[in-house]
Amino acid sequence: MKILVPFKRVADPENANKVKVTGAKIETAGLEWKPNPFDEYAVEAALRLTENGTAPKARLGEVIVVTFGPAECDQTLRGALATGADKAIRVECTDDQLDGPIVARALAKIVEQVKPDLVMMGKQTVDSDSNQVGQYLAELLGWPQITFAATIKNEGNVALEIARVGDGGMQRVKVKLPAVVTVEDRVVYSGGVQSAPTPASHKYADGVRFAPLPAIMQAKKKPLEVKKLGDLGIDTTPSAKYVGYEPPPARKAGVKVKTVAELVEKLKGEAKVL
Amino acid sequence: MADILVVAEIVEGQVKKATYSAVAFARDAAKALGGSYDILAIGQGADKAAAELGGYGARKVLVADDASLKGYVTERFAPIVAAAGKSHAVVGATATTNGKDLMPRVAAKLGAGYAPDITGFKAEGGKLQYKRPMYAGNAYGWLTIETPIQLVTVRQTDFTPAEPSGGASAVEKVAVVADKAADQVEFVAFETIKSERPDLTEAKVIIAGGRAIKEKFMDVLGPLADTLGAAIGATRAACDAGFAPTELQIGQTGKVVAPQLYVAVGISGAIQHLAGMKGSKTIVAINKDPEAPIFQVADYGLVADLFQVMPELTTAVKAAKS
Ligand SMILES: Cc1cc2nc3c(=O)[nH]c(=O)nc-3n(C[C@H](O)[C@H](O)[C@H](O)COP(=O)(O)OP(=O)(O)OC[C@H]3O[C@@H](n4cnc5c(N)ncnc54)[C@H](O)[C@@H]3O)c2cc1C
Ligand SMILES: Nc1ncnc2c1ncn2[C@@H]1O[C@H](COP(=O)(O)O)[C@@H](O)[C@H]1O
Repeated sequence: MKILVPFKRVADPENANKVKVTGAKIETAGLEWKPNPFDEYAVEAALRLTENGTAPKARLGEVIVVTFGPAECDQTLRGALATGADKAIRVECTDDQLDGPIVARALAKIVEQVKPDLVMMGKQTVDSDSNQVGQYLAELLGWPQITFAATIKNEGNVALEIARVGDGGMQRVKVKLPAVVTVEDRVVYSGGVQSAPTPASHKYADGVRFAPLPAIMQAKKKPLEVKKLGDLGIDTTPSAKYVGYEPPPARKAGVKVKTVAELVEKLKGEAKVL
Repeated sequence: MADILVVAEIVEGQVKKATYSAVAFARDAAKALGGSYDILAIGQGADKAAAELGGYGARKVLVADDASLKGYVTERFAPIVAAAGKSHAVVGATATTNGKDLMPRVAAKLGAGYAPDITGFKAEGGKLQYKRPMYAGNAYGWLTIETPIQLVTVRQTDFTPAEPSGGASAVEKVAVVADKAADQVEFVAFETIKSERPDLTEAKVIIAGGRAIKEKFMDVLGPLADTLGAAIGATRAACDAGFAPTELQIGQTGKVVAPQLYVAVGISGAIQHLAGMKGSKTIVAINKDPEAPIFQVADYGLVADLFQVMPELTTAVKAAKS
């Protein structure tokens, strides 16, 4: 199975104190760049689908990561190669040339060139929190989409059985390939993804795998192809634009109570929520 | 032509509450643009839901009711929304898992720009600007959409649900069409989580717990939740560790909630968690670490061992209520 994984680097929102919002822009200068966590989960899921968990060194398929961004993103791609991806593609552009539909249109072209059986991707990026590229791409390709995947079972490389997280429950679906699948965090739990050759008794560790040092060295030799956004022949007109930003509303400072009795008194008398 | 279409979310024949927040958006946006709004009801059993939806002042209620629409499958719903949406300026839906799954696909069909998860909007010079959270709620962006048709999903917690306004909208059937891709997807089952407790996104009170509670998660939170008729929520760490089912996760990547009362028990207050509950009216935090970031958003903080105070709190709340 050949799997394409779109992989984005994001300004880490965890450094909350450093997200500086001015009216005109979000200041990312002080933020640390790291791979979008959900894309790391997608790579892990793709690796598990293309290996026998008990002998992961022998690759049984191909995982290709692709990013849209400037040269600094190469480092992020090398990280994905070090954890086990086979090839990387970077499409040269700046972040402000992109929006969701443009990334989706560009990805559709990459899919045409790479011809994967499956596009596995994060359900959302944690900077824009948009949650749109996967669904948009699926439509452009005329492929089915399965979003919010929590568990994925491979059925003979032609179909996947997926449990997706819905409101108030889990939805079970079967999807024939090719398809676009977007993943939840829990797809990287121990039992989240298992390829057909992996014995049912095999237990993955929870979470994503880390690259051992030799793999990091080897990753430098893995192929990383650079393309230009302008060469893909897509419409690069933005569909939407941000006209301003503002910080979140501040909550007024609360108080510490000393005892349960005091808390209940406040909830009843002051907040009137009991 | 500045008409708005809003997609109702119907689950097993019932209109989901989130729908009425989306209807409130449609009503207000139609007013701002000087147009009207229509409601689209899709699903098996949508016919019945249409009667209920007709009481909200919409010009028309469009209905697609068919056996093929029994469970939600994107590839069956999206073409119907796209066909109905073509004659509207703005198409809105709920920012629930189904709405978020559906609308970008519809956007691609219509070549439309999309504003996900909006928490507000304003009209400037006859054009809508949408407010939406980014960076786990650490910033809000104002977005304009530059395509002829605009798509949005509406965050339930930020729009007061519309109330019935009387009257009855005209009901119109719309054709059922499906993507070719629909044949590649087989809906197997929807496994609902059976719970006596209210739905997280609809609860007035939420008792939420973190990883610190460990295996006894439900035992520790259950009594207080039962006393208050509350829903139970959890952090991702508690879900990851298997102490609570993932469906209860609140936060950037879980549910977004805004109850009257949110009690955070043994929750550190990571930004990703805050992103999902900061809008709650009154927040109580119980944590043994006085420096825990959750105290920065809590109206009432109690520095204490949760295992000690939870039974005490339950008893005291019971007494206060009687
Ligand atoms: C991409 C991404 C998305 C995420 N999305 C979410 C999300 O949607 N929702 C979410 O919640 N998290 C999310 N997280 C995880 C988040 O960063 C935190 O790791 C998580 O919220 C921490 O959960 P916690 O507070 O239960 O655990 P911890 O951070 O371990 O905190 C436990 C707390 O319990 C307190 N405590 C311990 N023992 C006791 C006791 N006996 N009595 C009282 N207090 C006690 C401690 O002082 C501590 O403050 C996400 C992370 C990433 C990277
Ligand atoms: N610049 C980018 N480069 C590569 N992949 C991207 C990029 N932007 C978005 N994606 C992919 O699209 C998914 C959803 O992103 P979004 O719709 O922006 O929240 C991400 O998890 C990535 O897999």
